Amino acid sequence: MLVHMSPLTEIILIASVTAVACALPGVFLVLRRVAMVSDAITHTVLLGIVLAFFVVRDITSPTLAIAAAAAGVATVALIELLHRTERIREDAAIGLVFPFLFSIAVILIARHAGNVHLDVDAVLLGELAFAPLDRYTLGDVDLGPRALWLMSGILLLSLLLLILFYKELKLATFDAALAAALGFAPAVLHYGLMSVVSLTAVGAFNAVGSVLVVALMVAPPAAAYLLTDRLSHMLVLSAAFGVLAAISGCLAAFALDASLAGAMAVVTGLIFGAAWVFAPERGLLAQALRHARQRQEFAQAMLLVHLLHHEATPQEAVECDPSHLNEHLRWDAAFTAQTLRRAEQRGLLVRQKDLIVLTESGRRLAAQTLGGEG
Amino acid sequence: MTNEQPAIQVTDLTVAYRDKPVLWDIDLTVPGGVLMGIIGPNGAGKTTLIKTILGLIRPAAGQVLIYGKPYAEQRRLVAYVPQRSSVDWDFPASVLDVVMMGRYGALGWFRRPGKRERELAFEALARVGMQEFAHRQISQLSGGQQQRVFLARALVQDAQVYFMDEPFQGVDATTERAIVGLLQDLRAAGKTVVVVHHDLQTVAEYFDWVALLNVRLVASGPVAEAFTESALRATYGGRIAFLEGRCSGAGAGEPRAGIVVSS
Repeated sequence: MLVHMSPLTEIILIASVTAVACALPGVFLVLRRVAMVSDAITHTVLLGIVLAFFVVRDITSPTLAIAAAAAGVATVALIELLHRTERIREDAAIGLVFPFLFSIAVILIARHAGNVHLDVDAVLLGELAFAPLDRYTLGDVDLGPRALWLMSGILLLSLLLLILFYKELKLATFDAALAAALGFAPAVLHYGLMSVVSLTAVGAFNAVGSVLVVALMVAPPAAAYLLTDRLSHMLVLSAAFGVLAAISGCLAAFALDASLAGAMAVVTGLIFGAAWVFAPERGLLAQALRHARQRQEFAQAMLLVHLLHHEATPQEAVECDPSHLNEHLRWDAAFTAQTLRRAEQRGLLVRQKDLIVLTESGRRLAAQTLGGEG
Repeated sequence: MTNEQPAIQVTDLTVAYRDKPVLWDIDLTVPGGVLMGIIGPNGAGKTTLIKTILGLIRPAAGQVLIYGKPYAEQRRLVAYVPQRSSVDWDFPASVLDVVMMGRYGALGWFRRPGKRERELAFEALARVGMQEFAHRQISQLSGGQQQRVFLARALVQDAQVYFMDEPFQGVDATTERAIVGLLQDLRAAGKTVVVVHHDLQTVAEYFDWVALLNVRLVASGPVAEAFTESALRATYGGRIAFLEGRCSGAGAGEPRAGIVVSS
């Protein structure tokens, strides 16, 4: 390369570019709830490659990439065809179409292409570690790894299309009916997106294998989805998560002497897991806290209403006795005590020796609760 | 837009799902400047009729003209509010984003929404009383607020003909009154508004034009003429009951507080 880089740097660079190239179309797959289509496409592109190889007999021909992308689009069309007959659900249609096409490719390779460089293991796991060995040269000048050029090209194309059709993709993903009514041809956009996904899958699976392509297309956008409210932020965040997974995955794989693709896929999973648990609003933790708070607030409201109902009635002495309150409300003693304490701290009630009495603000709140919004 | 040409002209329209007709030979003429309710039981084809007029469903026969031309040539004249439940409200977008989508048609391919679109979106949000929600994430809205946002999105389209699919579905009474007020304002401004509607009690109060639909078009015209007891019976079959004394044939067009539909 014009700038000399170590093989590790080159690998990290290839992985990062690939991760971003996968994350961008992945955002739309996740939002359209067709994430598993990426799994199908990354497998069936192999059939396109094999069939094109039989025609051109050259493993380096760009025809192979085009045929592979076409196979990806054909996969989507086939899945939709099956799904539209309404004899089968979409998930089952995916599960039928891609193993079928993929196994045809596997058999064709075993029977007719055993002696060429088409290796099923490499398809699944890629050969990122060897990517720096396959280089472009111009005369004596080393231009760098082929995979880096290929993935950068795909990323640029993807970015260009995203910038050009951002508004259209956004509308067609959110509200396909309005997009159609306004004349934005959502079907064309859909297949355009699927073509980009296919092309990305072809380029990426060469470098990183199909398992990692799926991980890079689904996990970073799924994590970003939990962390943001804007499509543009989700795209940027997905790309950032992809790069994070690429860098830390590569470093971890080197440190542990483990599979690069495997380590990166694990990191994408960890990133998603962290977002799932710790996302400030939609994470499990935030949700659990919110539920606990709601439960607590509702318990206070119930308590106040109970007190209001029995206030100044003959039963008041029994019903509003702090030591028997838990029996009346069928709450456990600790929860009752806690609820009482918090309500008292908020100045909603006061404890007299054998009686709980609502304060003015407690009475107002109870009346408000009963009266709905007002 | 002259009022002499009908806003919507549907002729011999049949829509079928395989061999099962969903709409049978509909002939419907809607003059400009009316507020029309499409009424009919579940499965009557109300939504299908709107979607076919908008070119979202291909008819088996017949044609639709908007101000004398096919829909594809008149897109800019038409605004559409789909059912609220037809979109994913967890989509990462703000209220303002969604309202600006109404301008996408006028922008066409490639052009980005800018300052002018934001201003129009804010104006529309103010008209539906939602301006302080402009930067909210759409998943935080209540059903009524979501419907107002959809209405604002249609308003920024600045159309001549508005199609709304069940705008009162699952909204609170305040929102329903606010929406009706806006629809009546649109009609007063000479726009044509077509609303898929469920509640027979409010038909005469809300609309001045009505189409009674049950696979076939049973009746259409001014509410006073078309919204009759016999047309309702023909539309709803045996599932309708008229309470004695509340609904007289002579007083057609009066609010029919006594209509009960059993489902």
